[in-house]
Amino acid sequence: MFAMSRAALTAAKTPTLAALVAAIALTLAACSGGGGTSSDADSLTVTDAWAKAANSGMTAAFGEITNTSDHDITIVSAASSSATMVELHEVVDEVMRPVEGGFVVPAGGTLTLQPGGFHIMFMGITTPIAAGDEVQLSLTLGDDSQFTLTAVAKDFSGANESYDGDASMDPGDGMDMSADPSMSPSASMGG
Amino acid sequence: MKPTDTQPSAADAAPSGPSRRLFLAAGAAAGAGAFAAGATGVALDRAGAFRGSPTATDDAGTNGQRVVPFYGEHQAGVTARPGAFASFVALDLKRGVGRERLAAWMRLITDDAARLTQGRAALADVEPELAATPAGLTVTVGFGPGFVTRARRDKPEWLAPLPAFTIDKLLDEWSGGDALFLVAADEPGTVAHALRMLLKDSRLFATLRWRQDGFRRAYGSDPHGMTMRNMFGQVDGTASIRPGTADFDAAVWARPDAPAWLQGGTSFVLRRIAMDLDRWDAVDRVGRENTIGRRLDNGAPLTGTDEHDALDLDAVDAHSLPVISSVAHARRAHVADPAKSIVRLGYNYEERSAPGSEALSLTGLLFGAWQANVTEQFVPIQRSLDEADLLNVWTTPVGSAVFAIPPGCTEGEYLGQALLEG
Repeated sequence: MFAMSRAALTAAKTPTLAALVAAIALTLAACSGGGGTSSDADSLTVTDAWAKAANSGMTAAFGEITNTSDHDITIVSAASSSATMVELHEVVDEVMRPVEGGFVVPAGGTLTLQPGGFHIMFMGITTPIAAGDEVQLSLTLGDDSQFTLTAVAKDFSGANESYDGDASMDPGDGMDMSADPSMSPSASMGG
Repeated sequence: MKPTDTQPSAADAAPSGPSRRLFLAAGAAAGAGAFAAGATGVALDRAGAFRGSPTATDDAGTNGQRVVPFYGEHQAGVTARPGAFASFVALDLKRGVGRERLAAWMRLITDDAARLTQGRAALADVEPELAATPAGLTVTVGFGPGFVTRARRDKPEWLAPLPAFTIDKLLDEWSGGDALFLVAADEPGTVAHALRMLLKDSRLFATLRWRQDGFRRAYGSDPHGMTMRNMFGQVDGTASIRPGTADFDAAVWARPDAPAWLQGGTSFVLRRIAMDLDRWDAVDRVGRENTIGRRLDNGAPLTGTDEHDALDLDAVDAHSLPVISSVAHARRAHVADPAKSIVRLGYNYEERSAPGSEALSLTGLLFGAWQANVTEQFVPIQRSLDEADLLNVWTTPVGSAVFAIPPGCTEGEYLGQALLEG
């Protein structure tokens, strides 16, 4: 049974093979001590994940990521089947740019991804992301474990910051994150 | 969700006219207030004074934090105490929106409603502070005939425009629709914000067909549970069955013969009834009471003394004439069997009249009705009123729409899921 709120609230934790091997090795090494280990992905939860609906070009995903562990966790990179490239961005002086070194989710704290701030940038959308669709996203963490989450697509007018990687800064080109013109209120709610 | 409030009769609470003593006290308070304002600025100019015993009002904003649970067997708006302000919005589906996209739409709407009714911002809410005062917000979703057709499912036979009535002067601009949002709360800003979120999440799927805004008595103005008055001054809705009773359940919830996707749901009819206040002005109190068959002061039948006294339809006066006229509204609308009655949801509306019009206002009633089966419950009552009802002289139905109200949902489900996935 489909559950949007639950899907948005629940994230699967799927350690990579490398992380699993490392974990097993650590477990074996620590065997005499009786201790286990958990990956960074096991320590993250996400709430209120959403993405801006877009037909093509670029868009972004937002939400709140909480770290339940006692150490900082770094989100190193992100990937999604919905886009050819996904980057971790911040907005400074209304211009967005990649965050060097990735996002840090502080120990016991929450990282808020929101329009005008930190966000996960989608470039080269492969198929249109319509309102109500679910966008799958996989985050690679500092220990190489993978944290996957689902963001629901929302019809959203904001998050139109320009991108300093776009030399032309031309709002009319493919870097414009605004969605299909038919989504504009004047075009579709005039009835 | 079961109201536990007692239902004081209007007679208990209705003022019998301000006494001279109260009038003098109010005047003295107004004078004192003016003096204080003059002496200390504007700090006290809204203080006022109470008639009667209360000494303090609810200045803490308590009711603004009132939350009506969203999840449940039934949609909460059917049984909740009606918010003082409501917006009824009908939408028409865009071309090409099929079952799968309808499901996406309803997931978005359900998520918005589940959050906003609990005083939480919707996802992507750019005015989250406006969500922080739920004030009893409810969001109720309904499906018109077109919605069920797009879902490629069987419709109940009553999910269609009502049969034509001779009194009707229906306008397209207030009639029909593929889907309904009923958004109600005790705070109008909350209603406006919630509706805007719902519409933002709807514009890819549907266009706005009509919007009708209505009001009841504001929170705190009357004792809780008191029957509202319409703009004719009449106590309106006395006979309506209260939630939490077996009679309510029998009248409202879909019966076994309804489609599986509607079990736990009901139907909603919204009629926009224009009320000609300018001509009603000419009717004296005796005429007004005879039109309804009820007293104006407390809504009691002309054969009784208290609002909720049963109508005595056989009573005759000294001239052997019926006390309650054969064409009085209360007689013509009377239904003895609760399972054949309707449950009223009434809101007043008042808008400005057209520029240059002689009318001082466009005033009326948003006459909403919940019932298990429109054909078996609403239509016979409306037919009886169509054949004869003194009130028809001053009232005219100008809008009409019928919706199926799907059941409620649990967390993780969405409204209409049984229709769209079953």
